[in-house]
Amino acid sequence: MKKANKYILLAPLLLWLFLFLVLPYCFILTQSVLTTDDFGKVIYHFNLDSYIKIFTNPLYYETLTRTFIYAIIVALACILLSLPLAYFIAFKVQKHKSFYYTLIVLPFWMSYIVRAYAWKIILGEQGIFNSSLMNLGIIDKPLRFVLYSDFSVILCLIYIFLPFVCIPIYTSFEQISKSLVEASKDLGANSWKTFWKVIFPLILPGVISGGTLALVLTLGDFLAASLLGGPNTLFISNIVQNLFGTSNDKPLGSAVGVVLLVLVFLLLEFSSRYEKKHETQ
Amino acid sequence: MKKIRAFIISFSAFSVLWFLYFPILIIIWFSFNKESVSSFPIEHYSLDWYVKLFHNKSMMQAVRISFFIAISSTIAALIIGIPSAYALHKYNYFGKNLLLKVILLPITLPGIVTGVAMLSFFPMLGIPLSLTAVLIGHTTFLIAIMITQILARFKKLDPYLEMAAFDLGASPLQAFFKVILPNIKTAIIGAVLLSLVLSMDEIPVTFFLISRENTLPIEIYGMMRRGITPEVNAVATLVFLVSSTAIFMSLKFNKEN
Repeated sequence: MKKANKYILLAPLLLWLFLFLVLPYCFILTQSVLTTDDFGKVIYHFNLDSYIKIFTNPLYYETLTRTFIYAIIVALACILLSLPLAYFIAFKVQKHKSFYYTLIVLPFWMSYIVRAYAWKIILGEQGIFNSSLMNLGIIDKPLRFVLYSDFSVILCLIYIFLPFVCIPIYTSFEQISKSLVEASKDLGANSWKTFWKVIFPLILPGVISGGTLALVLTLGDFLAASLLGGPNTLFISNIVQNLFGTSNDKPLGSAVGVVLLVLVFLLLEFSSRYEKKHETQ
Repeated sequence: MKKIRAFIISFSAFSVLWFLYFPILIIIWFSFNKESVSSFPIEHYSLDWYVKLFHNKSMMQAVRISFFIAISSTIAALIIGIPSAYALHKYNYFGKNLLLKVILLPITLPGIVTGVAMLSFFPMLGIPLSLTAVLIGHTTFLIAIMITQILARFKKLDPYLEMAAFDLGASPLQAFFKVILPNIKTAIIGAVLLSLVLSMDEIPVTFFLISRENTLPIEIYGMMRRGITPEVNAVATLVFLVSSTAIFMSLKFNKEN
């Protein structure tokens, strides 16, 4: 009876995940080595053309590297912005700490589309950014490059993923014991030295896991580029979106998706190994 | 010197906080603008865009659809999630760690890949692109939220609680409903609120599974693609108000115990 319970309780979950998650993932792996007929219908004919295309056609491999570089910029910017805020809440705030913590957690769950939309009204030609600069007399024509460009997409991604990076960094700051910082100062290190030699190594796992999240999220994002990007802005996920939409080449789209999956998987694996290594030390 | 440093730290911290909240304040502010151009400064304030919003049929339909999807996928995720979290906490399984990783896949892997995978495979199961497909897609990632949140609470629970119930003569079902469930109640309420918010906001998977009927974020996405309309400011303000209240309550419920 007890043994039966053990498996019955888990059966719906296993069935659901198998049907609606594992099989779909296996299917795009399969689809990525298939091909299409002249009408764009997928036919069961094995070949590796899609993968060859990704690594020989500059449209694909250049977009992939460019997206990766942008993802690194987004991750670094998020880390740089998170450091003072997380440090401040962890070490300087004495009263209402949970209020400040809520302030960084709240945007984490907030609507993506609403937050992306905000940048559209801030950066637009008549938006608050251009009209304030014009009112101040700094510029006399609205700056056009700020919206519908790679710049606006990167800015929006930094804004949206900042809480994802800030929370793990804050958590690692919180775990540092204050006596360690005092000891370092007692031994004659100045604040700068204390930060880099004592505090920073201790928050590095938080920095790495937050940074990896920002990297992975940027690689998988197609919304920011399609909402705030210019005509030439193309992220790797937009290619997947187009191949499953207007271009209708599902095998190639699946192959790009698989490459993306492998990349994300490697990044996450690297980051979790790093964290485990630090836990055991 | 020390004072200057302290000033620089708090100044940069508050600048970052400002960066996080300023765009949201802008939307709320502009939603009360009478003009349709979101230029600065605002000359006349009004509630016109809210009135227009409530008369916008496709937007109202999208709100109804989003509520329907959010509520039904949350219920489905509860039905699957609670027994699974209980079983995963109580028993040991072969390959349990792998299973826990698979459960998390829809929230760790890029939503776009999950979306196109479901788009390609669901028709083979006889599920066409439709609200049913969206419902299944949402349930799949809400299960991950449900199980992680409830499992975290189980880990904090006193292991002797259930044994005590058994010793006092409770049947397994009685022990679960009278002892276990009341103890994880707040975690469940918190997870339900988060699930509702996440489902109401989901785009990457929904985008690929939807047919003609739009959910609210997809409707907003469409409006944004067509250009700026201040109605979006109004709907965004409402979405922001409702979702932050729900998140706030959820955080409170999760902190309990």
